Amino acid sequence: MAGLELLSDQGYRLDGRKPSELRKVQARMGVFAQADGSAYIEQGNTKALAVVYGPHEVRGSRSKTLHDRAVINCQYSMATFSTAERKRRPHGDRKSSEMSLHLKQTFEAAVLTQLYPRSQIDIYVKILQSDGGNYSACVNAATLAVIDAGIPMRDYVCACSAGFVEDTPLADLCHAEESGGGTSLALALLPRSGQIALLQMDARLHQDHLDTLIEAAMTACKGLSDVLDSVVRQHLQEVSVLTRD
Amino acid sequence: MLKTKTFVKKTRSGGVMKIVREHYLRDDIWCGSEFCVECKQDSPVLQKEACIESNLCPFTHYLIPDTNVVLHQIDILEDPLIKNVIILQTVLQEVRHRSGPIYKRIKDIIHDAEKHFYTFTNEHHSETFIERLQAESANDRNDRAIRVAAKWYGEHLKNAPAAEELKIVLLTNDRGNKEKAEETGLIAHKCDEYVKSLIANPELVDRLALTSDDSNEITSSKLLFPEHLPLSKIQTGIKNNTFLQGTFRASRDNYLEATVFVHGEGEDSKEVLIQGLQNLNRAVHQDVVAVELLPRDQWVAPSSVVLQDEGPKDEDEADETETMLKSEASEAMLKPTGKVVGIIKRNWRPFCGMLSKSQIKEATRHLFTPADRRIPRIRVETRQAIALEGQRIMVAIDGWPKHSRYPNGHFVRNLGSAGDKETETEVLLLEHDVPHQAFSQAVLSFLPKMPWGITEEDMKKRLDLRQLCVCSVDPPGCTDIDDALHCRDLENGNLEVGVHIADVSHFIRPGNALDQEAASRGTTVYLCDKRIDMVPELLSSNLCSLRSNVDRFAFSCIWEVNHEAEILSTRFTKSVINSKASLTYAEAQMRIDDAHMNDDITRSLRGLNKLAKILKRKRIEKGALTLSSPEVRFHIDSETHDPIDLQTKELKETNSMVEEFMLLANISVAQKIYDEFSECALLRKHPAPPPSNYDILIKAAKSKNLEIHTDSAKALADSLDEAKLDGFSYLNTLLRILATRCMMQAVYFCSGMDSDFHHYGLASAIYTHFTSPIRRYADIIVHRLLAVAIGADCTYPDLMDKHKQSALCNNLNYRHKMSQYAQRASVAFHTQLFFKSRGNLNEDGFILFVRKNAIIILIPKFGLEGTVFFEHKDQKHSPSLTFNEEGPTLTVEKHTFSMFDKVKVTISLDASNIQHQKIRMALIEPVIPGVSVAAPVDGPVVKRPKLDR
Ligand SMILES: [Zn+2]
Repeated sequence: MAGLELLSDQGYRLDGRKPSELRKVQARMGVFAQADGSAYIEQGNTKALAVVYGPHEVRGSRSKTLHDRAVINCQYSMATFSTAERKRRPHGDRKSSEMSLHLKQTFEAAVLTQLYPRSQIDIYVKILQSDGGNYSACVNAATLAVIDAGIPMRDYVCACSAGFVEDTPLADLCHAEESGGGTSLALALLPRSGQIALLQMDARLHQDHLDTLIEAAMTACKGLSDVLDSVVRQHLQEVSVLTRD
Repeated sequence: MLKTKTFVKKTRSGGVMKIVREHYLRDDIWCGSEFCVECKQDSPVLQKEACIESNLCPFTHYLIPDTNVVLHQIDILEDPLIKNVIILQTVLQEVRHRSGPIYKRIKDIIHDAEKHFYTFTNEHHSETFIERLQAESANDRNDRAIRVAAKWYGEHLKNAPAAEELKIVLLTNDRGNKEKAEETGLIAHKCDEYVKSLIANPELVDRLALTSDDSNEITSSKLLFPEHLPLSKIQTGIKNNTFLQGTFRASRDNYLEATVFVHGEGEDSKEVLIQGLQNLNRAVHQDVVAVELLPRDQWVAPSSVVLQDEGPKDEDEADETETMLKSEASEAMLKPTGKVVGIIKRNWRPFCGMLSKSQIKEATRHLFTPADRRIPRIRVETRQAIALEGQRIMVAIDGWPKHSRYPNGHFVRNLGSAGDKETETEVLLLEHDVPHQAFSQAVLSFLPKMPWGITEEDMKKRLDLRQLCVCSVDPPGCTDIDDALHCRDLENGNLEVGVHIADVSHFIRPGNALDQEAASRGTTVYLCDKRIDMVPELLSSNLCSLRSNVDRFAFSCIWEVNHEAEILSTRFTKSVINSKASLTYAEAQMRIDDAHMNDDITRSLRGLNKLAKILKRKRIEKGALTLSSPEVRFHIDSETHDPIDLQTKELKETNSMVEEFMLLANISVAQKIYDEFSECALLRKHPAPPPSNYDILIKAAKSKNLEIHTDSAKALADSLDEAKLDGFSYLNTLLRILATRCMMQAVYFCSGMDSDFHHYGLASAIYTHFTSPIRRYADIIVHRLLAVAIGADCTYPDLMDKHKQSALCNNLNYRHKMSQYAQRASVAFHTQLFFKSRGNLNEDGFILFVRKNAIIILIPKFGLEGTVFFEHKDQKHSPSLTFNEEGPTLTVEKHTFSMFDKVKVTISLDASNIQHQKIRMALIEPVIPGVSVAAPVDGPVVKRPKLDR
């Protein structure tokens, strides 16, 4: 019998999680002193680093300048060693450009850009190790980095993927689950207002399943936001201990 | 969110890739026992009263089988006696990996609430997960994991109240594993020891699979077969092209010959011939094997000899028959020949057959002869040999050691007395994998509640066509009427024609148990005296059946056509109809022909008939084939249910009338659903046969100085039409029968997975099945697609998933093929019953094929085919035979037989082999001294059949 059994009859996934459970999340803020803000996140085996510069004056061509809000510039890349198969990843290939664009759209929806007219915010994210859910890890890392940079946001933007196996929605897919066939969806959420910043899905999915899948992804995002919130609070505590005197 | 405490990474290397996977360990996996108070489980599976009475284990116990026990002794585990078993995840995963069918069976057992089987997810439990040690093999690690889990259970349940008596018993046939388990204080038993100790059911012992340990004692040490190569070597060999992988297909007629079908890309598929016991090397029909090609000078030609394994009395006796295979063959006939070097995947299923009792009295080891000739005989051990004599039984193969002439197996169940109609029907259903058990309660629960009626709500959604003069035309005795027709004049001078099909998809909703059952059955199977329904009778013969004078739901396809049968518009709608008459073909024909009848129904029929003739003419002009295959019909005695007469089906004009409109509806619907769903329309195609298929047809025609063109369907149809010989009108039918044999199978497919849609036989660019949803599942899917296309019903995910639909098509194709085989087997069985009661019959027939040592004869009167052999093993001197490939002709003594020759034979039943009773034909005319026989007179005198029609 070929293929992996993504969900056992007892309701456990390949790695032992239940369908709605997330992978272990570990995160640190302020890992990179030169930058205005930075963060490192591990979601299971997916590891991402995000660095934020700005807000600063618009660099390069002035024509990009917006008079009522800040420009958000995102750049996504993957480390050569990030996947099992080592391969060179040229800058600006189709996949990373698309991902950069998605990130830009996500953060334009979350950052209060109107506070910084005629300026620019740079967000750089790099996937150090990839094991599924690259987009979500990037968004979550970037959120922490933006907070670290002290740039006001409407809310945390939390992202999570969800997929479908035999009529059961699975949250936070790992690589084996992503590549095991079936549809997966990535969703970025502003948890407090319940607003969706970005929703992306490439494969076909029957309409009947869409609601349950979005529901699962949203619940997962809310769970993630609690984790991110505690990371931020802990970071604040550490920083305030350091700067007390 | 995360309930994990520890966090371990599992590394798996394969090739160059290093795959790192997370592995979470949990402490919320429950033990599943009713005793336990620690675990927060809702409904524990394992009972408190877990006692299987056993001499070995006279206490309450839960069983933990290891992987090999599940793989080899699944028949034991399936027995209702065996309850309260813990299946570890480690075991389940290994089983899944090693055998798909057994995995499915064990899962079925786990789902059966009566069996109290519990799956313990030990690999993710924080206390039972173990990491592979350095230098420990994967198997050893898994064995250790099983022991650790068993140990954990023991300790976990020790603390539970009232569980002092409870013990965990590990079942393993591996000596090392058993010893290690006992060292750690576990109770471990070998499976056969345990089963033998069971008090309640001693017969269970018969169902024990023979393990390799046992078989050592019973066979000689001589190696009969070469060793099978390990899988790793096979894979390397396949990669560097020294071996080929393919499906093993044993020959039906010759137990020493088989072909391996090597799947290639596109046209690259090829067949490798395997000859001789050594080269066959224990492969069984349908196994996936690795073969090595022999050097070219050892290639042989397929032998046309018929050889059956009579089984040497003595195992050591050398097989001398093998030399018989070596026949002189011309260079051109040599086929790539090879030998089996290893088995990639066994495809064993339980086989039906009979026991050949051992000569030795009191012996417990016997040979079992399967009904399917392609399966070797199987050695089984049973104490009930005497009781099983003359019974049809089922046996499963356990293994085939290299020093054993036959595979080892075990008894599964008794089906009943051989020759008994019920038993034989059961056997042929089982052998053709036709699901035929009664519908389960779960399935029946989705039937509409009776009394059923059409509601206001229903009427709102449907077009009311009850006033139309609709009628149905079917074979006599038909109770599952799926189609009805009407035809009426429109005011503008055109005609309106409607095909109304039973609206089965209204009653069978996607995904429920009823739907799943129907999808799995795929088709209704019609045997001579029995129908195995695809859907429960309430639907097939009542609510869906378009009977006369009742309101029924239909899915209607309505055309406006002019008098030249050109379609002006097409409309699909869900409707309610009220059929005015359920006619037979003959009744309908009578009405059309009877000039005095002039009622609405008759006029409607005449209109339909007129249009059908035009449609048919147009279709034939486009190159549609009209082929022929003799179909037999039995007149069954209403009391004894024995066949009392046998005749070929007669085709009337009205048959073709109904058929024509069904084709039209199918084509219209196919186009509609394909336009709407280009990716997931379920269609039917009929590929053009490769030109070489026609060789025999062309040769046969040439022998009668006729020419058959096969460049296109049109050319074939035209040349078949012209192939006529004065004074031999049946020749054309014979040619058409032959042409039918050249054709490929038509198959269902999903439009998103294929690019060739052509239906060769019907000369249609697109085709599907819409008109028989009561008896074919494909039609139900097509109904659903069409309903979505016209907005009459909503869609559901699987309908739009081309991969799922493609998988469904595969099942439907398989079921259709099997149902055809089952039907043929049923006809053959009833033919035998008929000849059993009639004694010898002398009939005229035609030679259909000429073989090396036989001619195959068709008896037109019965549509019966039989073989006249000119060689008999027991005959002292065989007649001189000369076979000419070119003709093909066969010269016996001084008479030369060629295709289509008229002969006279006597037909009788050969019951010498009770399992394979067969129709025997012997030649009466032409008279060849020493070969033909005198016409026996003891059979009842029959009228000379009318052949020219
Ligand atoms: Zn417990």
